[in-house]
Amino acid sequence: MIKRIKIGTGSCGLAAGAGEVYDFFKENIKDIEIIGVGCIGHCYAEPLIEVETDRESVFYEKVEPTQVFIDKIRNLDEESRLGFRPERREREMLKVTRLAGRIDPTSIDEYIENGGYSALKKALKMPPIDVVNEVKLSGLRGRGGAGFPTGLKWSFLHTKKSPEKVLICNADEGDPGAFMDRSLMESVPHQILEGMLIAAHATGATRIFIYCRAEYPLAIKHLKTAIDQIVKHGLNQIGDRKPTIQIKEGAGAFVCGEETAMIHSLEGSRGTPRFRPPYPTDSGFKGLPTMINNVETFANIPIIINESGAEFVKIGTEKSKGTKLFALAGDLKYPGLVEVPMGITLGEVVYEIGGVEKDSVKAVQIGGPSGGCIPAEHFDVRIDYDSLESLGAIMGSGGLIFIGQNRCMVETARYFLDFTARESCGKCTFCRIGTKRMLETLERITHGKGMPEDIEFLEDLGSKIIKGSLCGLGQSAPNPVLTTLRYYRHEYERHVADKRCDALVCNDLVRVFIDKSNCIECGLCIKNCPVNAISDNYVIDDTICTRCNSCIEVCPKHTIARIAGGNTGV
Amino acid sequence: MPEPKSCLFNLDKDRSNLIKALQLTQESEGYISDQAVHQISDYFTIPPVDVEGVLSFYTQFKRTKPGKYIIAVCDGTACHIKGSSLVANWITDFLDIKSGETSNDGLFSLETVACLGCCSLAPVISINGKVFGNLDRKKLLKVLKKYQQMGKHD
Repeated sequence: MIKRIKIGTGSCGLAAGAGEVYDFFKENIKDIEIIGVGCIGHCYAEPLIEVETDRESVFYEKVEPTQVFIDKIRNLDEESRLGFRPERREREMLKVTRLAGRIDPTSIDEYIENGGYSALKKALKMPPIDVVNEVKLSGLRGRGGAGFPTGLKWSFLHTKKSPEKVLICNADEGDPGAFMDRSLMESVPHQILEGMLIAAHATGATRIFIYCRAEYPLAIKHLKTAIDQIVKHGLNQIGDRKPTIQIKEGAGAFVCGEETAMIHSLEGSRGTPRFRPPYPTDSGFKGLPTMINNVETFANIPIIINESGAEFVKIGTEKSKGTKLFALAGDLKYPGLVEVPMGITLGEVVYEIGGVEKDSVKAVQIGGPSGGCIPAEHFDVRIDYDSLESLGAIMGSGGLIFIGQNRCMVETARYFLDFTARESCGKCTFCRIGTKRMLETLERITHGKGMPEDIEFLEDLGSKIIKGSLCGLGQSAPNPVLTTLRYYRHEYERHVADKRCDALVCNDLVRVFIDKSNCIECGLCIKNCPVNAISDNYVIDDTICTRCNSCIEVCPKHTIARIAGGNTGV
Repeated sequence: MPEPKSCLFNLDKDRSNLIKALQLTQESEGYISDQAVHQISDYFTIPPVDVEGVLSFYTQFKRTKPGKYIIAVCDGTACHIKGSSLVANWITDFLDIKSGETSNDGLFSLETVACLGCCSLAPVISINGKVFGNLDRKKLLKVLKKYQQMGKHD
């Protein structure tokens, strides 16, 4: 018997059409409870539903808003069921995301039924310093990217004497290609809040802020609902005080992920970073002692308190404990959100969990625009803070972008520099002007106008930007260029010396060609060309063609392709 | 002295609410007009240049009136890898507007955004917040045509 139908209606599910499915099911199924839940991380299968029966749970993938599908579900048909691939299941370790996508994110009761707020209850019976020590013992390191020991940070705020202390949850997930925090906030908002309340108890915080990017409306909605429920249940009573909990929406500035910039933004100013010291735990929001932790860090806290720090250290490597969430995206078969124990090899994540064929992926970009690329030959690296750093990359917040063989690494590096150059707040000269100069150089190279000295110039300037910048943005901005230069120097050289882009990505170094031997002269390419570059006898005029790929997309015989050569006349 | 904005009535006059005030104004009016800058500066008793300084720092805020439908092309890493620049070009070709522009009929604005967080569906765009994923040219044009129709009928 079917007890309940759960539809994955996180942002990613909605984008895949889960909203239509939800409305249609609500309209046409009256005898079974239907709820929207967050994300279980199997994005490739969306829209995705879980059918709870009295015995088990059955998952269906790529669900359509049709009566046929409803009948299928009512009969618990074998067809369209989502089979969880054993390659992934064996390697995943669901701790932080244990409840994500499985419970109604807008119901506090369901969270409590599943063990929620038991950690808070337990923590409140412990003296604050014991809670701090438990987190210290767990070895948890900040999940935002830099990996600073969380317990140590907590102890700094704990020892501060001040009538008011501030706790900030960094939910400004600005790193393009990362969606771990969004998924957690949408799926298990109470778990993050529980972590924050425990932190408030341990550190003596009186004010709590959640700084969330405005691009995440559903996350904000679920957090708001959760905060109202907490207040209603009196769960914000920490000893004899009630910390205020406020959501502050960011306004689109990547640099605000940096602690001091975020504090400026919270104060209503431009989000520029400042010198440290004083560290925020000494003087932060409006001069008050302030501590900032990332969403995923807070989501780990209830687990540590429930299971004990000693239990937590059993997972992971010597210096990196616990599990880590990764957002897999790009050129892979099974994109989604995974949670794996620290110390797993990158190869296991790429090949087994991501499901990509050996040799089909050239590299992965880890840590977003601040991180670096790791080429396939280094996929045996263990995922922990220090091993990744030794390869020139960083753990980062958990974005993992798969870069296929048919992508150009120079263009990928140019893309990241374009991002950081735009996001540089302008305070430090090397970051403001240096990233701009690097970007111009990379643009020159991808346009086929690179000069031999450009490659050395990039290396030289890159290292100077790292030294001459105040905050993490500038200090890490050159990473994508420096790592691609380290591992894919030949691609740069090929662009510069031979004016060739072997991946056929850089528009100025390719042209579009119709192979007439297979052409059936259907006229679709001519009709769809936005700039009328194709003649009546099916020849493309290179000087007019913008390389927009419209003709390639519409050609029914796949006889049009990008080939080497281009505007540079080579 | 300009009238204070009704959408700000419930907001505490503490400077830390400046960004919130700008967000509320943009939500109700679609953009931040010169008049709004002055109204907000009066509300918080800070110079207009401070308001301008803050709003120009954050990419969320618009100083010109946008179209009825705001198309945001995601140029996050995953989307970029999957060809978001082609998607942007196709839109430009079809609607004759570039990123940052509004069409002459006032129906569409085009902007490029860093990441919509739906990376597993790349490439994606959003139109007034509704996300469309796994786009190829055909699918994209279908969506655009639908909005063109809707815009004409309303």
